[in-house]
Amino acid sequence: MHAPARESYLNASVGIRSWLLTTDHKRIGLLYFAGITFFFFVGGIAASLIRLELITPQGDLGSPDFYNRLFTMHGIIMVWFFLIPSIPTTMGNFILPMMIGARDLAFPRLNLLSWYLYIIGGLITLSALLLGGVDTGWTFYEPYSTFYATGYVILTVFGIFVSGFSSILTGLNFIVTVHKLRAPGMTWYRLPVFVWSTYATSVILVLATPVLAMTLLMLLAERVLHVGIFSPQLGGDPLLFQHMFWFYSHPAVYIMILPSMGVISEVVPVFSSKSLFGYYFVVWCSIAIAVIGFLVWGHHMFVAGQSLYASLAFSFLSYLVAVPSAIKVFNWVATMHEGWIRFNAPMLYAFGFIGLFTIGGLTGLMLAALAVDVHVTDTYFVVAHFHYIMVGGAVMGFFAGLHYWWPKISGRLYPDYWARFAAILAFFGFNLTFFPQFILGYLGMPRRYQSYPPEFQIWHVLSSAGASILAVGYALPLFYFAWSILKGPRAPANPWGATGLEWSTPSPPPPENFAKSPTVIRPPYQYDEGKPCMQAGDV
Amino acid sequence: MSERALGIQYATLAQEREAVTLGMWAFLATEVLFFGALIVAYLNYRIWFGNDFIAAAKMTKVVLGTANTAVLLTSSACMAMAVTTFDSGSRRAPVLWLSATALLGLAFVAIKATEWWLEYQEHLVPALNFDLGRYGGIAEIFFVFYFCATGLHALHLLIGISLVSWLAVRIGRGTLVPGGSTTRLIGLYWHFVDIVWIFLFPLIYLAGRNG
Amino acid sequence: MHGFPWWPPTASGYAREIDFLFGSLVVIGLLTAGLVFFLMLFFANKYRHGANVDRSGTTRKTWRFEVSWTAATLLVFVGLAVWGASIFVHLYNPPANALQIFIVGKQWMWKAQHPGGQREINELHVPVDQPVRLVMASQDVIHSFFIPALRIKQDVVPGRYETMWFRADKVGRYHLFCAEYCGTDHAKMGGWVTVMNPRDFGNWLQAQGDEETLAAQGQQLFRRYGCSGCHEPGGTVRAPNLDGLFGSPVPLSDGSVVIADEGYVRDSILDPKKQVAAGYAPVMPTFAGQISEDDLARLVAYIQSIGPRAGGHA
Repeated sequence: MHAPARESYLNASVGIRSWLLTTDHKRIGLLYFAGITFFFFVGGIAASLIRLELITPQGDLGSPDFYNRLFTMHGIIMVWFFLIPSIPTTMGNFILPMMIGARDLAFPRLNLLSWYLYIIGGLITLSALLLGGVDTGWTFYEPYSTFYATGYVILTVFGIFVSGFSSILTGLNFIVTVHKLRAPGMTWYRLPVFVWSTYATSVILVLATPVLAMTLLMLLAERVLHVGIFSPQLGGDPLLFQHMFWFYSHPAVYIMILPSMGVISEVVPVFSSKSLFGYYFVVWCSIAIAVIGFLVWGHHMFVAGQSLYASLAFSFLSYLVAVPSAIKVFNWVATMHEGWIRFNAPMLYAFGFIGLFTIGGLTGLMLAALAVDVHVTDTYFVVAHFHYIMVGGAVMGFFAGLHYWWPKISGRLYPDYWARFAAILAFFGFNLTFFPQFILGYLGMPRRYQSYPPEFQIWHVLSSAGASILAVGYALPLFYFAWSILKGPRAPANPWGATGLEWSTPSPPPPENFAKSPTVIRPPYQYDEGKPCMQAGDV
Repeated sequence: MSERALGIQYATLAQEREAVTLGMWAFLATEVLFFGALIVAYLNYRIWFGNDFIAAAKMTKVVLGTANTAVLLTSSACMAMAVTTFDSGSRRAPVLWLSATALLGLAFVAIKATEWWLEYQEHLVPALNFDLGRYGGIAEIFFVFYFCATGLHALHLLIGISLVSWLAVRIGRGTLVPGGSTTRLIGLYWHFVDIVWIFLFPLIYLAGRNG
Repeated sequence: MHGFPWWPPTASGYAREIDFLFGSLVVIGLLTAGLVFFLMLFFANKYRHGANVDRSGTTRKTWRFEVSWTAATLLVFVGLAVWGASIFVHLYNPPANALQIFIVGKQWMWKAQHPGGQREINELHVPVDQPVRLVMASQDVIHSFFIPALRIKQDVVPGRYETMWFRADKVGRYHLFCAEYCGTDHAKMGGWVTVMNPRDFGNWLQAQGDEETLAAQGQQLFRRYGCSGCHEPGGTVRAPNLDGLFGSPVPLSDGSVVIADEGYVRDSILDPKKQVAAGYAPVMPTFAGQISEDDLARLVAYIQSIGPRAGGHA
């Protein structure tokens, strides 16, 4: 396009220093976006190699040690360097301040520090990968990971430890921002659900990550100093490690899913041109998930050797934590009733999310049933379950948000037909990849196996075929988003007819977001006969 | 963290002060979970190993530990005095109180170093020279916790001493004036480090010493 | 290619209960997911932008929906939790007449020791229609003993005994897998569980050659390691008599009482200071690092054999 670009956060200052030393939350969001996209593809390459290996029952794509390192790095990279940062650091950073009418986060320099900690942690772990990796599984169970594993455990764990501080500081920044930087008129109950979800996520980030930090520190102490805290040789308790690890890692999965739920709560009302059904319930369900999520970690340990009574308690609480998620699903569907449904890419991803998250959640109910879990834990059933939630859920939510806010972030539109095609392709590829894994799991195929009994092969072949389709679905956006930046039509301020404050600014926004601090005059998602009623009063 | 140009995200100085204060409280919450995880793990073994763990705990130097507790509590009092006198406009008094705080902090570190030195002499340092044959594996686990806990605490204390010293310099030079939140927040951090010690002290030093 | 295997073999009554529970959960899941998918697609079509339908907003009172579907969800979930738990509890109640087999997991194989002394590697032969109780230990890292056909697994944690029991009611040969990642050959740490009718099982036991029973081997070890020096009457040091000990309550020096089960015996050998019997000085030396898991199993079997509930358990 040849018309001179208006000043926006993208061109207000130029040069690499203006990006690497920026304190603008929008630029930092893009810096994070580069990082997580990179790690997504690294983790994705590992996944592709895994699925390639599993086409045949024998181990033929390298040694068992190579395979073990592959699935370990896939898990570590996807969990800590892609999923956990994904939505909060990209869309949270970029959109949240705008949604509440603020000009930046509460602590912009801390935000930049968070990014550097993420990158440094990521590079440390990446270097461990390049040097040869680790084969402990992303869960680092003791005593294997301290006294038996070869490989770069210390370096890998240290990288995760450093990036944990990025999580903590980001969460802290968001909490203070939401409390203190809301524009006039933006009361708590006028906040969009994405803000509430990010807030709940931030509480978990701030309270759970320090426990991981301590757990990893103790693991490092064992490995470096050869002392036994968790190892039985000196009377240590391997189960203590599991309790401490899962005390963080279960809330961590809510860190990964809550922001996606927040995105869906934004997208569904907009593309139904209708108010979100049950706003208060959806809001308090986010909080409930965050709170109850801290109480269920023992459901990862039903066969680990913990007491019967602990297992009973954790099973019951796990059913409890499923209730607010179910309520959210009902509310999203109810929102569509009597709406004006449009099928743009963000909404297709939202449909995908709701369907796949529902399946994933229902299989969670199966896992929470103690007696069933004894059979399917540590099998592909669990692998399928968490991929339905994390990929079918969280990643679909990420793509929904990406396609929803792309015009605002880049100032360009992308070709919707290609985007819809990618969404549909990803949906089918995903199901073909992971649904057979439920069957495999119940059949008894254990996790983390390079080779397997030949009768399981048909399901693995289907799964790998699905993975190749899913890969295309994920690769396509690279192309049309690149096209969009280079040649896409310029986006208006509010291409979707949404109501939030972020849509009251130009696309892309100026560096200070709002020339004049907006005043909020109504709750979010208000539509009058399908026509949006903007939250901002004076635009 | 003090006055000069307000960031574009803040409408008023008061808003910034509130944000920074909330930020500090949130940060302290993370520290509670951090030390809390260590303490819970410690308690797990204390209950599991019972008498053997307590026997190991009795090898800590309770006199030095108690002295350290007194030192740290006094330093917190000095810190509180520093905040109060600074708010009331004085310049010399807070610098003196802050110096006292920092000095007491250093005294704590010195006493702690002495304890560690003595423990090294007695072959109680895991990974360095722990005498496993003499003391046993359970005692080694205790001392792993001991050195982790007191080491992390000392690290936080050193950070606190640096912050307090920096604060004393700025107030002394007149580059920090009352009305902001810096002094109060550094005071909050110092008190928190003190509170961590108040939890660690009875757990580590007073185990089994009740009669 | 082996076609489309949908379901694992079902080799016990317990497995059938699990299948019924799981099947019910699948049905509930299909109905719920079906409802969600149907409503989404139905609304997406009926209320698509541009469709001329009545949108006059009959859903004013949202909280009625909220309360009802919340209550319904809660009720169903609690019911499912109770159901799953009630079956799960069976795993903790092995019958008294169970055949006891010792299992040792190590990187990367499973070893089994039958009471008659027969040993197997990566195989487990058991009689049909007979409760079998496995007492399992690990020599190194955490493993997990997984028999899909019986729908059971148990993590085997180093430093302690874990137990698991089952009653297979269908003759056959079933997969055995290690289900907790344990290093390089984790995927190869498996084998077969063979359930045999009583006659075949008896023949199989005979065919393993002449071995002394596990308890007899244990008795020899009891002498060889010097245990009898203190623990038999006339011993030099005053130590508890182990006749009739197994399965009985033991008062400890700290005032508590424990039941002398295999875990207690194991701990007494490896870490005697952990639980000292009341009235005795804590002078028993530790044998940690000196006795292999295999020998420990033999010693435990011996102590069981001279207990009041010979061959049984607490």
